[in-house]
Amino acid sequence: MKILVTAKRVEDPESKIKVKPDGSGIVPEGLKYKINPFDEIAVEEALRLSAAHTGDVVVVSIGTKDVHEQLRHALAMGATKAVWVNHTGALDQLAIARLLQKVVEKEKPDLVILGKQSIDDDQNQVGQYLAEFLGWSQATFASKVEALDSDAEKNKQPGLKLTADKKGLTVVREVDGGLSTLECSLPAVVTTDLRLNQPRYASLPGIMKAKSKPIEELTPAALAVDVAPKLTVTKLSSPPARKAGIKVADVPALVEKLKNEAKAF
Amino acid sequence: MNSGFGVFQEEHEAFRRTVKQVVDRELKPFVRAWEEAEEFPLALYRRFAELGFLGLKYPEAYGGTDAGYLYEAVLHEELAKCGSGGVAAGLAAQFTIGTGPIHLFGTDAQKRAFLAPAIAGQKIGAFGVTEPDAGSDVAGLRTTARREGDYYVVNGAKTYITNGVRCDYVILAVKTAPEKGHKGVSLLIVEKGTQGFTVAKKLKKLGWRASDTAELHFEDCRVPVTNLLGDENNGFFQIMGNFAWERLSLALGAVGAAEDILEQAMRFTRERQAFGQAVAKFQVVRHRLAEMATDLECARQLTYHALKLHAAGEYALAQTAMAKKVATEMCCRLADQALQLHGGAGYMQEFDIERHWRDARLGPIGGGTSEIMNEIIAKQLGL
Ligand SMILES: Cc1cc2nc3c(=O)[nH]c(=O)nc-3n(C[C@H](O)[C@H](O)[C@H](O)COP(=O)(O)OP(=O)(O)OC[C@H]3O[C@@H](n4cnc5c(N)ncnc54)[C@H](O)[C@@H]3O)c2cc1C
Repeated sequence: MKILVTAKRVEDPESKIKVKPDGSGIVPEGLKYKINPFDEIAVEEALRLSAAHTGDVVVVSIGTKDVHEQLRHALAMGATKAVWVNHTGALDQLAIARLLQKVVEKEKPDLVILGKQSIDDDQNQVGQYLAEFLGWSQATFASKVEALDSDAEKNKQPGLKLTADKKGLTVVREVDGGLSTLECSLPAVVTTDLRLNQPRYASLPGIMKAKSKPIEELTPAALAVDVAPKLTVTKLSSPPARKAGIKVADVPALVEKLKNEAKAF
Repeated sequence: MNSGFGVFQEEHEAFRRTVKQVVDRELKPFVRAWEEAEEFPLALYRRFAELGFLGLKYPEAYGGTDAGYLYEAVLHEELAKCGSGGVAAGLAAQFTIGTGPIHLFGTDAQKRAFLAPAIAGQKIGAFGVTEPDAGSDVAGLRTTARREGDYYVVNGAKTYITNGVRCDYVILAVKTAPEKGHKGVSLLIVEKGTQGFTVAKKLKKLGWRASDTAELHFEDCRVPVTNLLGDENNGFFQIMGNFAWERLSLALGAVGAAEDILEQAMRFTRERQAFGQAVAKFQVVRHRLAEMATDLECARQLTYHALKLHAAGEYALAQTAMAKKVATEMCCRLADQALQLHGGAGYMQEFDIERHWRDARLGPIGGGTSEIMNEIIAKQLGL
């Protein structure tokens, strides 16, 4: 079984994110980067599935050479090989999905697992586009019934399961107010939610091994994808600063304010 | 800013991310409770062994990874950021002073008996040089070991011994030839449970509270001669040799802790408002933070210089002493300045700065005081 996963490079939420005064982007100074946490969960799930059913895990990232850091991280976790789509500049979700489609057609995996969204743009679109372009089945927001600190999690039971005939997948997904279980045929595109698994650490032997694992370089031109954005970001702005709270004298005053000012009920 | 340029490679930085994840997930959320309890769970040694952290510079034959000093340097830096000097020290003693001398001077049998189980987190090691009446003056130590057949009979006391209460063995500095001064010192491995070896008390401290620091007593304690490390009467030189890495690791820990301290000072002053603006906007505060960052960078670069020499197999006595002194004193200064920038909050246990401030103070004392570092440097200058 061959699985393809993504590893987007995103700003580390621990670093101080500041919007440039002209709203054209964020201030790059002092920023740290990491793998999109949803993608890290995708890598982990792919590794668990491939360990159970033997097979390769290919990790893809799109961007400048800096993304090698995220590719190496996924390789150190245990991915078999990496594909780097070398591109400088902005990309919209459609272009990313088109690039991934071409990589998928080249690599021919049985399954693609991606984060449900990346924590920088929060778009939640690429997985769905990709499934559509490929004409594959899709299951979004894969989640898990067991609590992450349960014994089941500790025993590393997979959150995605192959069906008995190995031609399909059972995926538990998180929906408003509960869980829904899907069965879909392979090949498929799955996107991961936060509670699917707890990603492993990249071990020292894993890090050493990752050094000699291959990173294949591709370009949008070589993949024959027109990446000219159809969507442009015109302006970024910080959320308005929270106003200071107020103190009320007693409960009736609170109820009065909630009713007439906050219009809570 | 890439401060580790020319020292750390991509794979060291990858390992740093792993250690950081471990620290963030498995240490940070608990250090407050461990500090209050004045101990951390013994299971942490097993966990660190599982992660391969206890044997980074030790041979594979004894369960290590043979990855080298630079990986362990990364571990020291990141471990210090857990926010508890005691947790960092209790764990680090296991892969520095508690095992280093066995790795450097032990026989194969001694390595199998003590180093391998220590790397596996099954036996905890300690290193006992300091005595109630001799600390800086190592040659003046008074604990004696008199040879009787196949045994040494040990009498004396040790104090301020990290992991002394919970250790399974202590590498003990003793006088095998009291009349010969520093040429009469030897190192013996003494196991817990040996008759005559008792833990007199667990000591209360200003900082490093989650680590156990003990006074140990030895009364006619019979230690098999097979537990002698290296040659008899060579202990003084062994201790000095082992100090090289201990001092570097203390410098690296100080650099790591100072990074955390600076980050907290920046975060706090950006958020804290006074006179209608963030405190960090006052030029005097911005400049103070800039100076702190510069102070840290100076100490870090000297430390990295000594580290590079050490990793390349040089015996960089003066540079190591300089780095240990500069980095640990820098960390005290930064902790003090960060505490000031926090105002009253800095004095409260609710914030981590007061703990850093208490913990940092050990730096210029442990592993040889700043004054002793100056003595070493002066001697190297030919003074
Ligand atoms: C938390 C903690 C953990 C420790 N863990 C260990 C451990 O695991 N194993 C271990 O063996 N020891 C340990 N120590 C002991 C530590 O190494 C000693 O405290 C240190 O070396 C200083 O020795 P001392 O306390 O006897 O001070 P002293 O030697 O009595 O020094 C007192 C003062 O005199 C100064 N002084 C001494 N000689 C000179 C000189 N020649 N010139 C100028 N000034 C001088 C010193 O710098 C100091 O300021 C620990 C200490 C602490 C606080």
